[in-house]
Amino acid sequence: MAIRVIEEKCNGCGLCTKNCPQMAIAVDNKKAIIDLEVCNYCGACAAACRFRAITIEVDKQAQEDLSQYRGVWVFGEQFRGKVAPVVLELVGAGRKLADARNTELAVVVLGSDLSAAARELSEYPVDKVYLYEAPELAHYDGERYSRVLGDLVRALKPEILLAGATTTGRSFMSQVAIKLYTGLTADCTGLEIGDDGLLYQTRPAYGGNIMATILCPYTRPQMATVRHKVFPLPPKRTNGKAPEVVHLNVKPQLHSSRSELLDFIEQVETTVNIVEADIIVSGGRGIQDPANFALIEALAKALGGAVGASRAAVDAGWIPYAHQVGQTGKTVCPKLYIACGISGAVQHLAGMSSSDTIIAINKDPDAPIFQVANFGFVGDCLEIVPLLTRKIEALRGRA
Amino acid sequence: MKICVCIKQVPATTEVKFDPETNTLVREGVDSQINPFDVYALEEAVRVKERLQKEGEEATVTVLTMGPPQAEQALREAISLGADDAVLLSDRAFRGADTWATSYALAQALRKLQPDLVFCGMQAIDGDTGQVGPGIAVHLDYAQATYVAKIEALDKRKITVRRLVEQGYEVCAVRLPVVMTVVKEINEPRTPSLRGKMNAKKARIPVWKAADIEAPEEKLGLQGSPTQVVKVFSPPHREGGEKWTGEPEELADKLASLLKELEVV
Ligand SMILES: Cc1cc2nc3c(=O)[nH]c(=O)nc-3n(C[C@H](O)[C@H](O)[C@H](O)COP(=O)(O)OP(=O)(O)OC[C@H]3O[C@@H](n4cnc5c(N)ncnc54)[C@H](O)[C@@H]3O)c2cc1C
Ligand SMILES: Nc1ncnc2c1ncn2[C@@H]1O[C@H](COP(=O)(O)O)[C@@H](O)[C@H]1O
Repeated sequence: MAIRVIEEKCNGCGLCTKNCPQMAIAVDNKKAIIDLEVCNYCGACAAACRFRAITIEVDKQAQEDLSQYRGVWVFGEQFRGKVAPVVLELVGAGRKLADARNTELAVVVLGSDLSAAARELSEYPVDKVYLYEAPELAHYDGERYSRVLGDLVRALKPEILLAGATTTGRSFMSQVAIKLYTGLTADCTGLEIGDDGLLYQTRPAYGGNIMATILCPYTRPQMATVRHKVFPLPPKRTNGKAPEVVHLNVKPQLHSSRSELLDFIEQVETTVNIVEADIIVSGGRGIQDPANFALIEALAKALGGAVGASRAAVDAGWIPYAHQVGQTGKTVCPKLYIACGISGAVQHLAGMSSSDTIIAINKDPDAPIFQVANFGFVGDCLEIVPLLTRKIEALRGRA
Repeated sequence: MKICVCIKQVPATTEVKFDPETNTLVREGVDSQINPFDVYALEEAVRVKERLQKEGEEATVTVLTMGPPQAEQALREAISLGADDAVLLSDRAFRGADTWATSYALAQALRKLQPDLVFCGMQAIDGDTGQVGPGIAVHLDYAQATYVAKIEALDKRKITVRRLVEQGYEVCAVRLPVVMTVVKEINEPRTPSLRGKMNAKKARIPVWKAADIEAPEEKLGLQGSPTQVVKVFSPPHREGGEKWTGEPEELADKLASLLKELEVV
């Protein structure tokens, strides 16, 4: 790391001094002076400076002693105090890695008022729950979150750091990895400790057409974001050993940000968050008009699933973009994917071909979707889907 | 206002195969295109420029790519879609870069260009990481906004954007300069205009090498990359299973019992 004050730009206003958690900056003769012995390169000063007079550059880490790094961390993403489902999946995956490395598994949660999250996590086989609570962190903010997590990693030195490949996880883990000059593998579907003790991270690329295994041999932590639904939820903890809950020291100076949350427009329907769904019913151009999408929604509801769509349906304006599956939409891997009136273009397959089971309903017996579907039904989905919905409701009603 | 767009040239189809004999990706005969998300990023940049110009402000759009010499083609295409000029970052030293080294090189080039707004796509369809945009922001120490679905307002000091996240949309005001990554929902890209095509043809596109962006080799390419790809392989092949035909009633019955078998109902 290298940090520097650009003298021509600095007017000695002292904002950086106030924002430095290390108290490493003094102003002398109207110029900021950084004490490099004390600075931990968190970047709070550079973000606070209105004149862009402080620059930080990341250098390749000196050949550090990698054995100082111990433990597996999972980033405990939460929304309004509720832990994201993918975090629990990662607890399961992280437990295995920690056992293989003979080390601890910790979940790190940033936010405000995290007691419910801590309680929820305590039910799972976790060794430690780190809580960093501050009102400014109540809602995700990439700048604050990455500065805080970067600081924690520097202080506590975990060997492995995992996060869900959510919009939050993807954007902010990248920031953390850049700051720490370490590697980050995106959207992993396989994690394993090799004989050499390294984390073997396997992920799909090129829309799932190839797989790559990636290592981060020389820097720590080894960081990965992990796709939803690839690791099963772990069983709850059965032994009496509840995790130790550690309240971390808050450093308000790390909380400055150039971004301000003005509003949150919540999408309340449960059918929209397709990445977390176990069952997805998707409609394509074969649905023929927006009104018919109600048929898809009814089936999804009867099955307790979410609603997906092909790009053709989204582009026609039948359903919002948040539901789009595929190369330019979302990648999903539910237990069951039911494709209705979807031809199965490669760009669509890129987003759903790793689903456990695929059922396709299409009039055209030669539609490419049948080449990936475990079960194919050649027929009119506008007729079949409502009939099926009624049958399921009847079955449910009886149960 | 100075606007930059980072675009990546990607294979036109992601149906690349892996050749285990030679340990390489088979990309022969595969055409290239601009990464689809970057087309939305470019379109948004051009729209911002046009709005500002209408209000009598100066604004330019510069496209930037890091890639092999033939990536120049993608830059020309971007000019035909409304960009004013382009820079190609191309040097043997950049080869084998992971997202750390890619965002570093792009950031070094952007340091020279000094943009107020940087647009990226939400992710590239080959690497699929979505890490480069936020990475550039950290290297440059710019503010950032990812998954932008709408620009609500822009003035000289800040931009207000709507971000698409799992639970809905977040509306944020972000101080300039800023790096944004965009989703498909943000706009409907245009097709090249005749004038755009003319501009593309005659544009002179400078090529910057490592030395031009003051980037030491140890931070570039393979050497600057903390990650290493140790194995590439094909995923298990998926095959179509049973297929039924018949009257809708029959098929719906069959489906219902199948769902029961699968223990979904
Ligand atoms: C850069 C790029 C990115 C793209 N990204 C995506 C993406 O992210 N996601 C995506 O989905 N696509 C994407 N596409 C588009 C993709 O190529 C296809 O055009 C799209 O997936 C087709 O959608 P569809 O299957 O709904 O429509 P169509 O291909 O038109 O298929 C409709 C199907 O419905 C069947 N059908 C019609 N009526 C009925 C009926 N009554 N009952 C049963 N079946 C019926 C037809 O036989 C047909 O097979 C992308 C394309 C490009 C170029
Ligand atoms: N080599 C590159 N040259 C220019 N821009 C790039 C390059 N690689 C990635 N980007 C930008 O970063 C975005 C995310 O890419 P990725 O992180 O690779 O998924 C893309 O949509 C581009 O805007």
